[in-house]
Amino acid sequence: MAGTDPIHQFVIQDMFPLFTVGGDGTEGSGLHFAFTNSSLFMVATVAIISLYLILSTGAKRVVPGRAQLVSELLYEFVANMVRSAAGTQGMKFFPLVFCLFAFILTANMLGMVPYFFTVTSHIIVTFALSMLVFLTVIIYGFYKNGPKFLKLFVPAGVPGYILPIVAPIEFISFMSRPISLSVRLFGNVLAGHITLKVFTGFIVTMSSLGFLGILGSALPLIMAIALTGLEFLVGAVQAYVFAVLTCMYLNDAIHPSH
Amino acid sequence: MVTQAFAQEAVTPTEENLDNAIDATHGEPVVGATGHDNPTAGTHATTAASEEHGSGVFPPFDPATFPSQLLWLTITFALLYLLMSRVALPRIGGILENRKALIDADLAAADASRQKTDAAIAAYEAALAEAKSKAQGIANTSRESIQADLAAKRSAVEADLTSKVTAAEARISATKTEALTHVDEIAADTAQTVVTQLIGDIPTDSIRAAVAKASKE
Repeated sequence: MAGTDPIHQFVIQDMFPLFTVGGDGTEGSGLHFAFTNSSLFMVATVAIISLYLILSTGAKRVVPGRAQLVSELLYEFVANMVRSAAGTQGMKFFPLVFCLFAFILTANMLGMVPYFFTVTSHIIVTFALSMLVFLTVIIYGFYKNGPKFLKLFVPAGVPGYILPIVAPIEFISFMSRPISLSVRLFGNVLAGHITLKVFTGFIVTMSSLGFLGILGSALPLIMAIALTGLEFLVGAVQAYVFAVLTCMYLNDAIHPSH
Repeated sequence: MVTQAFAQEAVTPTEENLDNAIDATHGEPVVGATGHDNPTAGTHATTAASEEHGSGVFPPFDPATFPSQLLWLTITFALLYLLMSRVALPRIGGILENRKALIDADLAAADASRQKTDAAIAAYEAALAEAKSKAQGIANTSRESIQADLAAKRSAVEADLTSKVTAAEARISATKTEALTHVDEIAADTAQTVVTQLIGDIPTDSIRAAVAKASKE
């Protein structure tokens, strides 16, 4: 029943194996590397973004055509986001935020195509992306501010006797950022795809039950259509949320005192 | 599961192998497996399950797929970052800056033209005001000269008229005095005629005296 199994869409299959690091040579031991369906869609995501942005801006028109205008709007959208959240100093991280936004958005949209794999439905991918942000914030924060970066955990204007309570809370909230950032994206995409699959599965199951079943399957069909729209929205909103939070975390690294 | 297997073993010992095989498909080691059970059956069943469902765990939490995903995410994201930061974003930024520069230049040119227009309008208005004041001056002088001319002519005409009027008045008074000298004579004639009609002839001298007497009253 792979057809209606809501989990089957997340299975990663090797398309061709590459190499294995460590292990004793038996099946399942060591770190196994392969080109998988997930890898294929990562490559597709990057290819779509790069080809579109590079080809559409090739003419460098002063009065843009439609394709070039979309690229420019995307650029200005992310640039304004970075500028408003992290200031002009944050613009050195603009390519990073742009890549994160474009990658997550495109991966989510690609995942909405039937039979396509959703790269962001795997926690390791979203966690890796959020760790990239987290480590960038820590490394740049200490590089730029030195020990003053620790002021992040000491909000200004808080009386000294509350600090033993506030500082650990700030520290825990800071350390939980990569988890919340990755689980938010992963959870939204995963839950949305499972729900969509369950409802479309209902259509198949009910319509195999005869005439009344076919009539009744209109209900999950309507639900599935509505959910499809919702999933497109969720995919776009989650990419935006990830990018905005990245900007705010980067702002902490640039201006550590609250 | 195991307890269930034991319970069913007690009831139907012949189904023991089947139960063990079912347990094995769920990926759990069967503690109660007995000696005559086929030792490869459990492994085989687990492999069958893993073929259907990855390693039998929820796919997004399957650590066996992590190395490949991380490897390809690193490769693709690094490639994306390179392409974006080296090619695409500078190009779009360049387009936007170029457009902004062009618009700014156009705006500056428009502003310069506007200032030129303003200057031209100011010059025009100054010239107009000058011309107006000149015209006013010309009108004033010509009006004054005309008025002076007019006044001179009028005074000449008036003087002429006055002299004519005096002459006429003199003539009229002369005529009047002359006429007044004849009034007594006319009155005496009339009176004589009236009296003659009424009472017959009387001397002219007495009538004259009576008229003079009456006109004196």
